[in-house]
Amino acid sequence: MENGETRLMEPVISIRNLSKRYAGGHEALKNVSLDINRGEIFALLGPNGAGKTTLISIVCGIVNASEGSITADGHDIVRDYRAARTKIGLVPQELHTDAFEPVWSTVALSRGMFGKRPNPALIEKILRDLSLWDKRKAKILELSGGMKRRVMIAKALSHEPDILFLDEPTAGVDVELRRDMWELVRQLRESGVTIILTTHYIEEAEEMADRVGVISKGELILVEEKTELMKKLGRKRLTLNLSEPLTEIPANLSDWALSLGADGLELYYDFDANADRTGVPSLLRRMSDLGIAFKDLATHQSSLEDIFVSLTTDRGGDGGRAAHRTNGRGNGDRENNGTSGRAGEAE
Amino acid sequence: MSVGAFNRHGVWAIYRFEMHRFLRTIWTGLATPVITTSLYFVVFGSAIGSRMSDINGIDYGAFIVPGLMMLSLFNESIFNASFGIHMPRFLGTIYEPLSAPLSAFELVLAYVGAAVTKATAISLVILTTANLFVPVSILHPFWMVLFLLLVATTFCLFGFIVGIWAKGFEQLQIIPMLIVTPLTFLGGAFYSIEVLPEPWRTITLFNPVVYLISGFRWTFYGSSDVAIGVSVLATFGFLLLCLAVIWWIFRTGYRLKA
Ligand SMILES: Nc1ncnc2c1ncn2[C@@H]1O[C@H](COP(=O)(O)OP(=O)(O)OP(=O)(O)O)[C@@H](O)[C@H]1O
Ligand SMILES: [Mg+2]
Repeated sequence: MENGETRLMEPVISIRNLSKRYAGGHEALKNVSLDINRGEIFALLGPNGAGKTTLISIVCGIVNASEGSITADGHDIVRDYRAARTKIGLVPQELHTDAFEPVWSTVALSRGMFGKRPNPALIEKILRDLSLWDKRKAKILELSGGMKRRVMIAKALSHEPDILFLDEPTAGVDVELRRDMWELVRQLRESGVTIILTTHYIEEAEEMADRVGVISKGELILVEEKTELMKKLGRKRLTLNLSEPLTEIPANLSDWALSLGADGLELYYDFDANADRTGVPSLLRRMSDLGIAFKDLATHQSSLEDIFVSLTTDRGGDGGRAAHRTNGRGNGDRENNGTSGRAGEAE
Repeated sequence: MSVGAFNRHGVWAIYRFEMHRFLRTIWTGLATPVITTSLYFVVFGSAIGSRMSDINGIDYGAFIVPGLMMLSLFNESIFNASFGIHMPRFLGTIYEPLSAPLSAFELVLAYVGAAVTKATAISLVILTTANLFVPVSILHPFWMVLFLLLVATTFCLFGFIVGIWAKGFEQLQIIPMLIVTPLTFLGGAFYSIEVLPEPWRTITLFNPVVYLISGFRWTFYGSSDVAIGVSVLATFGFLLLCLAVIWWIFRTGYRLKA
């Protein structure tokens, strides 16, 4: 009955209408539906307290869902938890370790727990890859924070998961180690592992992810291919520093999507960087016709971070953080995001 | 790759890990019971025991051996089992067994199994130490071992519950200190309840520990203050109660899963 071909096409993780209310009544997740494709790197972004860890914890079986259902590789995570969990590895956000135990035995323990027979050669390889081999006999409490983080990764890799959750794998990790970690993640993906990671470093998602999901206040507000997202939202902004302040945007310039800075001295023009005609030369020509002089000009390409901030602040997310950066931004693209976010639900 | 009905690698890995923790500190783990037992014999066996008459024809020093073993078994069972499950909760490492393909039964088997092994081993060390001071004979060795394991399992299950219930290390100590130790001292570890005057004798019969110590003493000397059948039944009753509570804990995720 099970056709291998179609199995491969199916999402490796399928989350349907997931909600979570904690005992205190806090609604950490609200009706989240999301599909993770086999073999992809999926980055889950969102401000502190958005519900990222909650989502991951439910999939891994550490937190009970209030409503909704989840399958991992086609297995229901509750009814068929054994089959589902065998596939899943987790590197949690917090550095929870058996502080008094040596590195080797705690990594070997992880492998055993997941039902795999002992394999010292594999554990040696993992420890070497993570530069932990010299520390294999050291008690974990003797390790630095970055090393502990790597022990957590070694534990998750020790049982050869097909699906790997990395909850802020690079938090508190130095630049070099972060690069190593990115490299490791890429290698894992090449070997066919599906990776779901959360991060607060947007450049991390930008650098690595195939798809990006943004979660804010328990709601999944966007799921998009990263390149698509960058293209769609990869807006450029031209900033003109005017010689004389304007009180309003002249009617003659209504063909361009312009906005004015609070002091009237900055004029912004948001445009699609990928379009054949950006409208920049004609705008500048029209302005000189109208005698509006400017002292300086600059263009700025929006990054995932801008997109992310605009999305989450728009939802009243994480306070007014960087709200000023989105003031002049056309409302249009935010609207787009909101609706394209449900891509995961389409079947 | 195959997903068996029983995760034996998982159970074994946790069991070994727990035993490893114990073996690493084996000298402190064993020194305490050995020294304590020796002190008991110096005080009760030699100093007081020499002035005590035999109880039911048993030398006083030998009489207290089963009680001492039970005393240690209760404490070590509760301590090891509660500590074994409380530690991962405290450290946060509990996320791993919870996310592993392990059933509640397998988790309990691994953690409680390790605690039973430790507690039983320690009470056998006590028996060996005691044998240096007084000649101990065991009339029913088979029943002795069985009784030892039954009581250890029951109290380890109880300890497991305490370890999940406790919100900190202080609470971990409260139950053994406030309930188990008093009940044990009043449970006929150092005397036969027959020597008690009347209302106390009847009141003592409501103390479940009396049945355990008395029943265990029967496996040594063939004499008991209470019916051995009642002892075994009471132990089984308590065991089933603990199992029911643990079943409920895993069903609801009480203090394990948010
Ligand atoms: N065990 C719990 N009991 C009650 N509330 C909780 C619990 N765990 C998390 N929460 C709440 O749920 C919300 C989501 O928390 P979660 O840890 O999922 O956020 P997050 O997106 O991972 O944040 P961060 O980026 O800071 O890691 C928060 O408001 C948090 O306070
Ligand atoms: Mg988190």
